Amino acid sequence: MIELKNVSYSVNDDNNNVDIINDVSLTIDERFVAITGPNGGGKSTLAKLIAGIIKPTKGNIYLDGKDITDASITERANLGISYAFQQPVRFKGITVMDLIKLAAGKDISVNGACDYLSQVGLCARDYINREVNASLSGGELKRIEIAMALARSTKLTVFDEPEAGIDLWSFQNLIEVFEKMHEKINGSIIIISHQERILDIADKIVVISDGKIAAQGTKEEILPEVLKGTGNCKFYDKKEC
Amino acid sequence: MDDVQKRLLEEVADLHKIPVGAYNIRANGKLEGRATTENINIVTKEDKPGIDIFVKDGTVNESLHIPVILSQSGLEDLVYNDFHIGDNCNVTIIAGCGIHNGGDKSSRHDGIHTFYIGDNSKVKYVEKHYGEGDGSGENIMNPTTIINLGKDSYMEMETVQIKGVDSTVRDSKAVVGDGSTLIIKEKIMTHGKQKAETNFKVDLNGMDCSCDVISRSVAKDASHQRFCSEINGNNKCMGHTECDAIIMDDASVSAIPEITANCIDASLIHEAAIGKIAGEQLIKLMTLGLTEKEAEEQIVNGFLK
Repeated sequence: MIELKNVSYSVNDDNNNVDIINDVSLTIDERFVAITGPNGGGKSTLAKLIAGIIKPTKGNIYLDGKDITDASITERANLGISYAFQQPVRFKGITVMDLIKLAAGKDISVNGACDYLSQVGLCARDYINREVNASLSGGELKRIEIAMALARSTKLTVFDEPEAGIDLWSFQNLIEVFEKMHEKINGSIIIISHQERILDIADKIVVISDGKIAAQGTKEEILPEVLKGTGNCKFYDKKEC
Repeated sequence: MDDVQKRLLEEVADLHKIPVGAYNIRANGKLEGRATTENINIVTKEDKPGIDIFVKDGTVNESLHIPVILSQSGLEDLVYNDFHIGDNCNVTIIAGCGIHNGGDKSSRHDGIHTFYIGDNSKVKYVEKHYGEGDGSGENIMNPTTIINLGKDSYMEMETVQIKGVDSTVRDSKAVVGDGSTLIIKEKIMTHGKQKAETNFKVDLNGMDCSCDVISRSVAKDASHQRFCSEINGNNKCMGHTECDAIIMDDASVSAIPEITANCIDASLIHEAAIGKIAGEQLIKLMTLGLTEKEAEEQIVNGFLK
């Protein structure tokens, strides 16, 4: 269970403090939680605050009741937080196998690594020894990023727009991947997404807009409003889009 | 051979025991062991230190090991090794130099390797440089490689210097003939106050010949590296040179590519990139549970792999 209590994050822009996240309190212990909302609303910032990549300027973050506000990225990773980046990072010379091994935290067999890769629709034999460099497409990198989260299988995983760059054909598989992952970890999966089909499997949907929680609730409560579009959505109207 | 020498041998040539095939092991300036085969002959030079290696036409799938090890502090060793490789060959040559310097005087090895490669031959040449020792004496290595590639031949040179060499000037010169290809891959890591200088000069003289000179390096602490690559396209040819360096701490790296097209059908490219490790790479690995230092090591090791 992850809890944010009165968390704010602001940056200094031309001597003005700009709040990216403004006094957000949020508790997540459901299976699947989807975070949605307009671009620039603070979704990725929230993910980075949870992973420890940035630290809140105010407020506290708790993992299973333990205050992790001051814990480093590494400490949080070891406590069971995983974060699949929106824009995966490329590494010259480091292979797909190397990354899967590092994610798994142990020396796994080629077959073991292949299993994770095939779940995200990559033919493992073709990829295992490829370098994670510019020769891989954005969609391929994105799938490898998801495979790493699978290999880690920690109790909390944050996926930042996992569907971006993945072709529609594999979309159903992606959802199956999340379902299967949940069976294994028995924790929470937070998915930042704009996709109706992902929002549709969520136990809870959180709408973040203008650095605040605009709404949260079940998909029955939230989805109809979100799907009306930004023009007349009551959760979105605070921000000029 | 003592333990120190055995370990040096392992570092530079991955040799745990006497190699299979032809070999020539030079230890502290003297011949330590030699074996020849029906196709590969090794002859000691009479006018200067060094050896002549003769590989017969049509020699395929044979290997040659010629490691040099120095464990005596203050020794200055200079050798001339000439490789005469015939036509239609396919051979692997593993050279390398390891220095253990436990004293306060400089130990130095200058190896001048000249290749004469015939037509339609394939040569893989691996050269590894390694230094160690707790003394204050410097380990100095100045390898020179001169390559003459015939027609429709292929040579791949892999040169690695990862540890312990305080000062190095590495000169490589090549002349590439019709239809031949030369690939050079260099990997260097420097630390402390080490200095490494690399100079490549390739003359693409043959019709439809090509070369690819790739350098990947990491400079740590207060070390300095300088990479110069000069490619001259004198015929219809393809040439590419790439220098990719990571700098850390107070290190500095210079990359000086020079490409000259002297023929309208010469196509030459150079690329150079120098920078510190990208912050997002460190962050990604830290989200997998690595500490910042472990992440840095993974990135550097991968980069130089």
